[in-house]
Amino acid sequence: MSPDAIAVQFLNGLAGASTLFLIAVGLSLIFGVTRIVNFAHGSFYMLGIYVAYSLVARFGGTVLGFWASLLVAALAVAVIGVVVELLLLRRIYHAPELFQLLATFAVVLIVRDATLALWGPEDLLGPRAPGLKGSVEILGRQFPQYDLALIFVGPAVLGLLWLVLTRTRFGILIRAATQDREMVGALGVNQAWLFTAVFALGAFLAAFGGALQAPREPANLGLDLVAIGEAFVVVVVGGMGSIPGAFLAAFIIAEIKAMCFAIGQTTIAGVSFSFSKLTLVVEFLVMAAVLIWRPWGLLGRPAAATRNPAEIEAPISPADARTRRFGFAVLALLIVLPAFAQAFPYTLVLSIDILIAVLFAASLHFIMGPGGMHSFGHAAYFGLGAYGAGLLVKQAGWSMETALVGAPLIAAAGALVFGWFCVRLSGVYLAMLTLAFAQIVWSVAFQWDDFTGGSNGIVGVWPAPWLSEKWAYYYLTLACAVAGVLLLWRVLLAPFGYAMRAGRDSPLRADAIGIDVFRVQWKAFMLAGLVCGVAGGLFAFSKGSISPEAIGVGRSIDGLIMVLLGGVQTLAGPVVGAGLFTWLSDLIAREFAYWRAALGLTILVLVLAFPLGVAGSVKRLFAREAA
Amino acid sequence: MTVLLKVEGLTKSFGGVRAVGNVSFEVTAGELLAMIGPNGAGKSTCFNMLNGQLAPDAGSIEFAGRQIVGLKPRAVWRLGVGRTFQITATFSSMTVRENVQVALLSHHGGLGGLWRRARDAHVDAADRLLERVGMREQGDRPCSVLAYGDLKRLELAVALANRPRLLLMDEPTAGMAPRERVALMALAAEIVRTDNIGVLFTEHDMDVVFAHANRVIVLNRGQLIAAGAPDAVRADAEVQRIYLGSRH
Repeated sequence: MSPDAIAVQFLNGLAGASTLFLIAVGLSLIFGVTRIVNFAHGSFYMLGIYVAYSLVARFGGTVLGFWASLLVAALAVAVIGVVVELLLLRRIYHAPELFQLLATFAVVLIVRDATLALWGPEDLLGPRAPGLKGSVEILGRQFPQYDLALIFVGPAVLGLLWLVLTRTRFGILIRAATQDREMVGALGVNQAWLFTAVFALGAFLAAFGGALQAPREPANLGLDLVAIGEAFVVVVVGGMGSIPGAFLAAFIIAEIKAMCFAIGQTTIAGVSFSFSKLTLVVEFLVMAAVLIWRPWGLLGRPAAATRNPAEIEAPISPADARTRRFGFAVLALLIVLPAFAQAFPYTLVLSIDILIAVLFAASLHFIMGPGGMHSFGHAAYFGLGAYGAGLLVKQAGWSMETALVGAPLIAAAGALVFGWFCVRLSGVYLAMLTLAFAQIVWSVAFQWDDFTGGSNGIVGVWPAPWLSEKWAYYYLTLACAVAGVLLLWRVLLAPFGYAMRAGRDSPLRADAIGIDVFRVQWKAFMLAGLVCGVAGGLFAFSKGSISPEAIGVGRSIDGLIMVLLGGVQTLAGPVVGAGLFTWLSDLIAREFAYWRAALGLTILVLVLAFPLGVAGSVKRLFAREAA
Repeated sequence: MTVLLKVEGLTKSFGGVRAVGNVSFEVTAGELLAMIGPNGAGKSTCFNMLNGQLAPDAGSIEFAGRQIVGLKPRAVWRLGVGRTFQITATFSSMTVRENVQVALLSHHGGLGGLWRRARDAHVDAADRLLERVGMREQGDRPCSVLAYGDLKRLELAVALANRPRLLLMDEPTAGMAPRERVALMALAAEIVRTDNIGVLFTEHDMDVVFAHANRVIVLNRGQLIAAGAPDAVRADAEVQRIYLGSRH
């Protein structure tokens, strides 16, 4: 590692920081003003690259044409942003935070398939910028001119935004709304207009960041989630709503990544260690460290307590006779199901998937609903369970039965460690830290070739002979799922469940009557991890393998969707949601090429039609009948 | 008379602004002590230090002979200090009775239970507490639908669940109708008498203060400026100046 290599990587880092800043600052602005965590922000970035690719291909021959193409691409995406805001977000500004998230995630799915339909699945690399095709020599190394230009874009945009925010009425309104949205509304400012404008500005910046990447990075369909992950990290590290914070965080993260590349393979204390492999996870390590040390971000401010009271939730109660009868009927159906499996062999496979999903969703609901901790990284415990089972069988030579007991213990141990950090935070920050831990688990599984099998994962994780028949394994899964769900319900109706809800409803009062909220939440985290680990173990043996794909961000998000679909305020919600979601996505995925878009549209309809979730809405319907 | 709470030299500043400066007073068992003062006098800051929510910069707080500065609110509660809040803090996803049951479970060390039904725990004790504050008939109602005055009464029942020897009530009657105010303070006075506990309360309504308090202390700009029997405090020139205003 030579000084000139470091210098060039430092410049690379600066170029990366510019792009990172452009994506993140829009997300931060939108969050600051509208309090919406916009999952679709990465999609705007991705659209920016694709639209720019097409425009540059046609008009990008000249210098003027090239830069105009980038700007027009960003403007076009801003218009799409306005449409999304007007048609969707405007209806859900008063919905619970998680519903907004679900809705913007549906937009991600729809944009992804629309992009697939318009541009096809191949990676598309745009032509290089006219006038900046060459490279300059820096310290004896070649550095692309375009990247050098990119370095200046970030600070330029920061300067422009600063001017807008300090010198224009629009900017003052943005700053005011970021500080106190209710006050701005009370002062008679037209919030609807302000929100639309800020959303458009955010979408423009993200798309412009994307468009600038068109000559550097191939446009591909996975960019949306990559971009949103990085943008979240930057925004959280910098401080939600802070623009200088986003700039600082983008700089720090891009530089740390660049330095990891610069160091590359090295030997520490006799152990060879690849720093470039660390780049997948290093930003999440930074975020975890910042959240623990300064939970509101580097330049953010501790969030003021909101004056809106928490969502009103009806008291939970043990199932009445009618609900019990219904539950037993469903259980009886599930028990006789294998009898029909001859005619429909696929039914059992799907049912096993559904039962595992039920366990996964119920454990997530446990901390998310009654616990009030919105985990965005529940896949971590699923992954620890699944990999735990696989490794115990393959590396430790355990039997399947003991591995299935060991797997949840490993997941619970993970939850014990991660939970200790997570329960110190709340709201969006807690969500982001759980996401960071899940990402760390994922990248360990993905990178540690020797131990976890890297991207191939672990294969040959089969159940014991007496469970090798599908129906036998189905009964095992059914027994675990029923036991797990009943256990969680029981705990929720027990004093411990009340302590959890007490800590969520009013931490102040809980503390004032002797409840150690931190400990209660920590224990809840562990219990959820334990049950989730069972789901992970069952999953590994049902598929015969486990790979990083199965434990990625997608799994965490699936869990969120299941819980929200079913309804976070009801005990049966996660069960209904998991069943519905798994069945629906399986059905659509088999029948329909554009299944993501179909799923996205379904989610949007459900969000707009059932703001309480499916189970919650059904419950209310019955309650109204009874009244 | 046993001294329950002994506060000496209590001081707290927020970024250079001295919210409470060198305040000393005592609360004895069987008395209803009112802390009054205009907005911003430091009453709530004082309260938050007394129950451990806020760490004082200086000063000592002794409860029943024991130093409690540095203890967390939950530890202060376990020693026997109950508290109600200026803006009611209750568990909105539970019924009225369940709110009290949670406090009772906590008092009896039963909140770790993972198996038995919480709603079957301490039902009679909860109902007795609700009876005492006149909320028994509403025991099964969700806490989220209660009128504000009823929430205040529920909070009192919750605060009484661990049989406190000292009760801190931060503006117990704020937001209540006049008739309710009188009833609530009469209830507090009765609890002081029958249980021989001490009550420290802040209050803006002078009718309530002078009708019920045994003693009054007055804060202004973080300083204790008067203390004594209600009539003496009412006659105090400094207090009159603060409350009635004067130009000089």
